[in-house]
Amino acid sequence: MAAKPLLQVEVVETYYGNIRALGGVDVAVNEGEIVALIGANGAGKSTLMMTIFGNPRARAGTITFAGTDITHMPTHEIARLRIAQSPEGRRIFPRMTVLENLQMGASLDNLQYFDEDVEKVFTLFPRLKERMSQRGGTLSGGEQQMLSIGRALMARPKLLLLDEPSLGLAPLIVRQIFDAIRQLNKTEGLTVFLVEQNAFGALKLADRGYVMVNGRVTMSGSGRDLLADPEVRAAYLEGGRH
Amino acid sequence: MERTISRNSGESSLFAAAIRESLFAGLISLGLFIMLVGLKTDQNIRNELVIEQRWGLLASLVALTMVGRFLYVLFVRPALERRKLQKARVAPKAAEKSYLARNWTKFAVLFLFIYPVLMVLMFGLQGSLKWVDNFGIQVLIYVMLAWGLNIVVGLAGLLDLGYVAFYAVGAYSYALLGTQFGWSFWILLPAAGLMAAFWGVILGFPVLRLRGDYLAIVTLAFGEIIRLVIINWREVTNGAAGVSGIPKVTFFGLFDFNISSPYYIAKVFDIAQSGVYYKIFLYYLILLLALLTAFVTIRLRRLPVGRAWEALREDEIACRSLGINTTNTKLTAFAIGAMFGGFAGAFFAARQGFVSPESFVFLESAIIVAIVVLGGMGSLTGIAIAALVTIGGTEILREMQFLKVIFGPDFTPELYRMLLFGIAMVIVMVWKPRGFVSSREPTAFLHERKAVSSAFTKEGHG
Repeated sequence: MAAKPLLQVEVVETYYGNIRALGGVDVAVNEGEIVALIGANGAGKSTLMMTIFGNPRARAGTITFAGTDITHMPTHEIARLRIAQSPEGRRIFPRMTVLENLQMGASLDNLQYFDEDVEKVFTLFPRLKERMSQRGGTLSGGEQQMLSIGRALMARPKLLLLDEPSLGLAPLIVRQIFDAIRQLNKTEGLTVFLVEQNAFGALKLADRGYVMVNGRVTMSGSGRDLLADPEVRAAYLEGGRH
Repeated sequence: MERTISRNSGESSLFAAAIRESLFAGLISLGLFIMLVGLKTDQNIRNELVIEQRWGLLASLVALTMVGRFLYVLFVRPALERRKLQKARVAPKAAEKSYLARNWTKFAVLFLFIYPVLMVLMFGLQGSLKWVDNFGIQVLIYVMLAWGLNIVVGLAGLLDLGYVAFYAVGAYSYALLGTQFGWSFWILLPAAGLMAAFWGVILGFPVLRLRGDYLAIVTLAFGEIIRLVIINWREVTNGAAGVSGIPKVTFFGLFDFNISSPYYIAKVFDIAQSGVYYKIFLYYLILLLALLTAFVTIRLRRLPVGRAWEALREDEIACRSLGINTTNTKLTAFAIGAMFGGFAGAFFAARQGFVSPESFVFLESAIIVAIVVLGGMGSLTGIAIAALVTIGGTEILREMQFLKVIFGPDFTPELYRMLLFGIAMVIVMVWKPRGFVSSREPTAFLHERKAVSSAFTKEGHG
């Protein structure tokens, strides 16, 4: 691959106080790819997500996005480079309506493309259209996840970071959400970096994958290869496909 | 489940339950009061400790508890549950509101504009003074203060317990500049607002990283610091003695309200002299200032900064990851909220003609916060109602002379205002834990405004 990756994470270390959460992580996401990061609880997946967004800040290493060093940028300026995130725990605005939540997502362009983009989100997640005037906090878990992704899409991102979109959702809803991600990637060419516990679904969806153990990337490869790898199978897949 | 079944099985089991629960309550109260009430230690004439037995009093207390519990279980509780059920059944049907209900803010504003006229017609020129000044202006000052604080607390979700500091800054700005340089109110009003906004930013900077209770403590301290500075910086503020002789507001220089002035209103219009004109003028002035606050708040909510405030209240981290500069957003909330506090302060100084640190104690901040919370954070209507109830209510207490008939001629009702204030607050918080108006008006609509039943937009309680 000759072109520089869209997002490049190089030997990044992150600490919570004195506890090292990330111990020199290298990850690259190329333009137009879906990349999945899988790993057990506490492996540091979400920490990596948050570190890319500068909260917490990396203590060592560099993070580059589209040629810009974003390691030391404040979070809101990183977001302005068009990295959007559906964070862990969804973090929608519970007292605001669905439409207002989407409006917040479009703040970067000051609602310039709001009408157009909101239609796109509603085609992707028709459920959100039905719930348009309802408060975010009254939605079901799956709908909140859709809203969180929809809100991230309203920012017209170049890179979409998704932190466990399948968490706590019924298999059918998970499939809907994964289908939506695939569709976005195919039709819009959206680059997606996905953190998942649901290794099977994520690796099937992804072009490439990384496996994280104890704050380090231990394995990487194409989604298909990782799915076939006996070690990955033993650790994350056997004993119940999701 | 259990309760519904037992209710279905008939009236008799409810009666049995009432008997059972009243016996139980009686037992508890007996256990509780036997030492507290039943036995009393006392000294007899020879200074010896004796135990007085008060079994009669104890028995009547226990009996009262039992009867109360019995009636509650038998009548009050089923009635409450029936009402709850009925409410749940009716709620999803969005009731068609009447014309009056739909336009009631317009009617309310209209009423506020004709209020002084009504008062003059009802009580005569001198008689209206009390109602326009003590009641009308007093309530409106707090409405304005609470609406200003609402921007910080209700919209941006930053609990500010030192709001009175900005009120003080505004009041002293007008008081000092007005007395020292004789500048007009109309120049000093914006100046007082700007000064307060400046101090709002000054306070905002150090507390940017704080939230919730920590923020509350620091803002509380800030309120006290401003007051202590005013008391101790005698060369400028005249300390605890305060500043007096603050010039009155003129009607844009066309006429004024000083009897000695050649432009005194009574001379200009050739009418009888009276102090009431000034009060009525002040009433309209504070009404317009309050409406300005409301108007700006409503407009801002639809602008990016207002939306960012509300989002900030909900989730700061999410805001940042959506590209919102939370630092600027918080500072603008502090500055704009403080600015309205400053306006109100300048008005207060002009109205009183005298300011002293006494007027800016913590209790004032607490009352303003209480009004915002009682009204339902973020709702302008709710806050106005809360201000009317709390401030107007305490003023009305003075009028309740009939209470003297009940409690004896020495009873001064206004002395009990903090007690009643507290009771009222507890009752409202039990009855409406989210304040008078808990529903939030959405600001985003797709193409056209669609009426949505409040049953769908309201969050579940507790």
